[in-house]
Formats: sequence, C-alpha cells, structure tokens
Amino acid sequence: MFDWKWDFTWEILPRLVQATGNTLLAALIGYVIAVVLGLILALAQRTPYSALTLIVREMVEFIRSTPLILQIFFVFYVGPQFGVRLSPWTSGMIAIGLHYACYLSEVYRGGIESVPKGQWEAATALNMTVAQKYRRVIIPQAIPPALAGMGNYLVGIFKDTPMLSVIGVAELIHTANAIGSENYRFLEPYTMVGIIFLAISLPAAGMIRLFEGYVRRKLGL
Amino acid sequence: MHDVSAFPLQIAGDPAPMVSFRKVTKSYGALTVLDELDLDVKAGEMVSIIGPSGSGKTTVLRMLMTLEEINGGVIYVDGQPLTHMQKNGTLVPASQKHLRNRRADIGMCFQHFNLFPHMTALENCMEGPVQVLGLPKKEARERSEELLEMVGMIGKKDQHPSRLSGGQQQRVAIARALAMRPKVMLFDEVTSALDPEVIGEVTNVIRKLVSEHNLTMLMVTHQMGFARDISDRICFFYGGKIEEQGPPAELFGNPKKERTQQFLSAVKEAV
Repeated sequence: MFDWKWDFTWEILPRLVQATGNTLLAALIGYVIAVVLGLILALAQRTPYSALTLIVREMVEFIRSTPLILQIFFVFYVGPQFGVRLSPWTSGMIAIGLHYACYLSEVYRGGIESVPKGQWEAATALNMTVAQKYRRVIIPQAIPPALAGMGNYLVGIFKDTPMLSVIGVAELIHTANAIGSENYRFLEPYTMVGIIFLAISLPAAGMIRLFEGYVRRKLGL
Repeated sequence: MHDVSAFPLQIAGDPAPMVSFRKVTKSYGALTVLDELDLDVKAGEMVSIIGPSGSGKTTVLRMLMTLEEINGGVIYVDGQPLTHMQKNGTLVPASQKHLRNRRADIGMCFQHFNLFPHMTALENCMEGPVQVLGLPKKEARERSEELLEMVGMIGKKDQHPSRLSGGQQQRVAIARALAMRPKVMLFDEVTSALDPEVIGEVTNVIRKLVSEHNLTMLMVTHQMGFARDISDRICFFYGGKIEEQGPPAELFGNPKKERTQQFLSAVKEAV
C-alpha cells in the first residue's frame, strides 16, 4: 500500500519524538508569552491615556493583519540590521508570542467587556483601587468567557509552530524535511507529523472544554 | 466644572450636616438631571427620596457614591468636600486620591445587588475589609459573620450568589456594605428588583439598621409605606429639584404642592 515502509517509520520515530518535544516547548513558551503580554495589551487599551490606547490598538491591528511568517522573518533577518541579533529560538518565540498576544488581547477585551457595569460600581462602592478592581473583581469574571477563545489559540499556536522551521528551529516540520531530504523519502515523515499533530490537537481541544467547565464551577458562575 | 471659588472650604455648624449638596448640577448633554440641588442630611438621619422616574432621585445617590461626576456645585460629607479638594485656599476638582480618601465614609446598596458572583456570601463581605481596609483575615471574618448573622444570612455564608434568591442576595449586599463601617449608607431602590414576597426580608433589615444603629441613610424607594414608617424626612423630587420635603406624616398626610399631591394619588391608585 503506497509503498509504506514500516522499518523506516520505526527508524525515524525517535527523531520525530524528539522534535515533538521541541514543538511542544515552542508552543508552550510562545503561549505563555502571549497569555501574559495579551493581558497587558488588553489593559493598556483601557487606560485613560488615549495616546497609549491608540498606539496599542494600531499595533494590534497591524500585527493581526500581517502574516505570522513575515513577522518571524522580520525579527530574525531584519533585526540584525538594527543591531538586534537573536537566535532562531529567541526570534521565533518573540514573533509567535507577540503575534498571538495580539489575538489574545482581543479575547481578553471581549471577556472584560462582558463583565456587567454593576460589578465596577460595586467595586467602587467598596473603595477599591483600579488595580484591585481588575485583580479581584473584573479579571476573575472576564476569564471564564474568554477560556474558549484562549483554548482555540493554544491549539492555533501549536499548529503554527511549523512556521518556525523557516528560520531553522528544529521542530517537527523542520525535522521531517531533514529526514526526507536525507533519505529521499517524504511519505513516512510527513504522514507521521500529521498523525502527531492530530494526536495532540484533538485531546487538547477536549481537555480545554473540560477545564472551562471546571473553572466555571470553581468560581460558582 | 463651574466656578466653585465662592463655596465654603468646609461646612460649619454644630453639628455639621453629615451630607451637604450645595447647588449641585448634573446634566447629560442638553438634559439637566439635577438643577442646583441643595440638600442637607444630619448625622443619624434617615432620608427617603421619592418621585417620578427621571426626576433625578437615583442620580443623587450615584453622585454621592462618586459613580457620577457632577457638573456644578460641591458635595460635602462630614463637613469636608467630597467632589472637590482644597488647594491654595480654594476648591479644585477632587483627584482620584482625594476621592478614595473621602469615599471611605460612604457605602451603597444597589437595585441589582451587584454581589461578586465568583465569591461566596462570606467572601463578598470580607473582600472590602481585607483588600481595602487591610484588616487581618480573622478580624474581617468575625466582622463579616457578625453582619451576616444580623441580616439573617449566616446559614448561607458559604453559598455563591447564584444559589441565593434576590432577597437573600440583597441582604448579603447590605452586610457587605456595612462591613466597611461607612458613616453614610445609600440604598438605591433596593427592593425594586425583588419578588413581592421577599421584599419584607430586606425592609426588615433596614428597619433594624434604623432602630439599632446611628447611621446616616439616604434611600431611594418606591415603597411609600415603608418610607413613611422609617424615615425622618421625605424628599419629593420633581424635574431635578426637591419639589417638597418634610416629615413623613406631613408630606404624606398633608402635601402642600400640587405635584406632590398628584404623584401621591397616582401611587395610591397603583397600589
């Protein structure tokens, strides 16, 4: 059937598993950056300083409207012209983290805006500071409605890690390419990569839904 | 903001009123909601505000809680300006810091309770004392449990608001506001969103407050009978002004102004 070679498949599997580790690591680091930076970007758009709001909003729009691969190239290849020389990993993490931070900031924004006005007023009536309002009242209520979107982008960032192959990060696609050109066989490595992505993405999506339900119950919502 | 240089830096008098509105104006664009309102509330006094919808009743409370900015005049609490602060011997609009300082004297309960849904009844009450007043958790817990006991909600202290009825939520909300030990309590139509059969459990708590505590209270309400029972004074608002005010017996029994008479007879018919 299609000239599929099992012995070759078993032979390349350890390299692919190792690359899977790199892919997961890249997705995880990128996601942590995106989750934290995304919240900062969302909050920056809600400050009373209209200039800051405008700059952040335009930046978010710009990044969301241009391809991730361009941003990766920019950080890695254009950076050195301005004296910023970064490794493929660092460049990749900055680009992918920033890219997804912009998407996540919109998810947070939606979550924050879904909190009723009365919650802000009750927090004011208790004489909370702005920071206390966000930390204790608004963000805990903004996260549950944002979880579905946050989960989608976790899977999204995982599926976008192959873009890092273009600057030489040894993730799954990069490794599959290498295996393919070394052996002149592409069927097995690419098929395996597809299966690995599927085997991780599908359960992840299910687990995110379970987690969402858990958080809602935990918060009594 | 209008010129406030002619306003006193603090309200004198013996004793000084707990709350003073001096020529307070509030407008949304061309719509004037409050028109140069003057209102003094003595310490320990219970004042009920009644009137048709759109007469500016709720706005009075919201401005006092600093949820709305005022467009003119000055509000004083406990003799000190709330909406303004002293600078070089004159009054200037309050900074956030000043507001936070002065707002500590005021507590408020809302029509829709606005409990924090992700916290239990007890956590709702402890939140302000712990986070804002910096009380140790143990002390905040004792204080909160005492108040939940007072409003009859101690048995449900570990429930989230979603598991409580409207009347129960409102009683928790009253406890939450009291836990901050305000000098002035504001009740904004606290029974309007409740089913008729649970209104009593909330009004009873307020009755208890009036009889047992020396709080200054302002209440916006549609419960005329309740207002008549417990208030020291009734203010009838019409068109952003106090049309008529006086002791309950006088205002309900023998209203002087035609608009008051019309409003009261319309309300009576509705009952």
